[in-house]
Amino acid sequence: MTVGEIVEKLGLEVACGRDHLDRTVSGGFVGDLLSVVMGKATEDCVWVTIQGHMNIIAVASLVNVSCVIVSEGYAVDEDVLVKAEEEEIPILRSKDSSFEVVRALVGAGV
Amino acid sequence: MKMHYDVEGGEFINVGTASSQFKKTLKMLGIGADIIRRISISMYEAEINMVIHANGGSIDTEITPERIHVVLQDQGPGIENLDLAMKAGYSTASRQAREMGFGAGMGLQNMKRNCDELQISSVLGEGTRVEITVYLNQES
Ligand SMILES: Nc1ncnc2c1ncn2[C@@H]1O[C@H](COP(=O)(O)OP(=O)(O)O)[C@@H](O)[C@H]1O
Ligand SMILES: [Mg+2]
Repeated sequence: MTVGEIVEKLGLEVACGRDHLDRTVSGGFVGDLLSVVMGKATEDCVWVTIQGHMNIIAVASLVNVSCVIVSEGYAVDEDVLVKAEEEEIPILRSKDSSFEVVRALVGAGV
Repeated sequence: MKMHYDVEGGEFINVGTASSQFKKTLKMLGIGADIIRRISISMYEAEINMVIHANGGSIDTEITPERIHVVLQDQGPGIENLDLAMKAGYSTASRQAREMGFGAGMGLQNMKRNCDELQISSVLGEGTRVEITVYLNQES
């Protein structure tokens, strides 16, 4: 499954990283505590979080996630998007709760 | 190859500038991806601690053919009980830090798991020194 397929199936907003939607997704992780994500999330996973600030980029890049889904409609600052673009990390947004996003991800076959 | 970074405290918005700069350097040097991941996670956690617990400090890195060595020194409050601090889930992080997703109490655990050697020395009221080593010839 690719990031692009997830965008389509879940109807997500692509906030940045449009050129990297062909990246393959394997597995997922939900978490808002950065150290837990760094300790447990695996490479190429989709990371679902409500955090939309700059520090998610360092974590996403260190773990090497395939994309980040910012849930609950949380805002993502413009400078975060610029940095994410630089790091080639797609940031996707959803109005749904993390629970609903994960339910949809599982339904989509992630 | 040696590098020095000054880390400012009080700014929780963009923590980890030094770690991400150092990571770029390691990439440019062609260091293996797994090594980069391990040293970067360790250094990032230590840099976060410096910012959220000790109001900043300084970082010195050294890369030799054998190892990557990172020393983080701060003049913060120090760690009262290191055994307790090492316990998963133990955290004295402020509410502001927690709201940003820091303060899971997993940082020292992450460091220990990801590096080959971790040395912490701390004097209450004077500061903390964290030394992280990852060996380069263990990947093969
Ligand atoms: N540089 C430091 N200066 C002062 N205290 C520290 C420092 N690093 C860690 N600590 C103490 O150790 C605890 C555990 O650290 P850590 O495992 O990284 O968890 P967290 O940072 O999420 O609280 C911290 O809550 C803090 O009390
Ligand atoms: Mg920490």
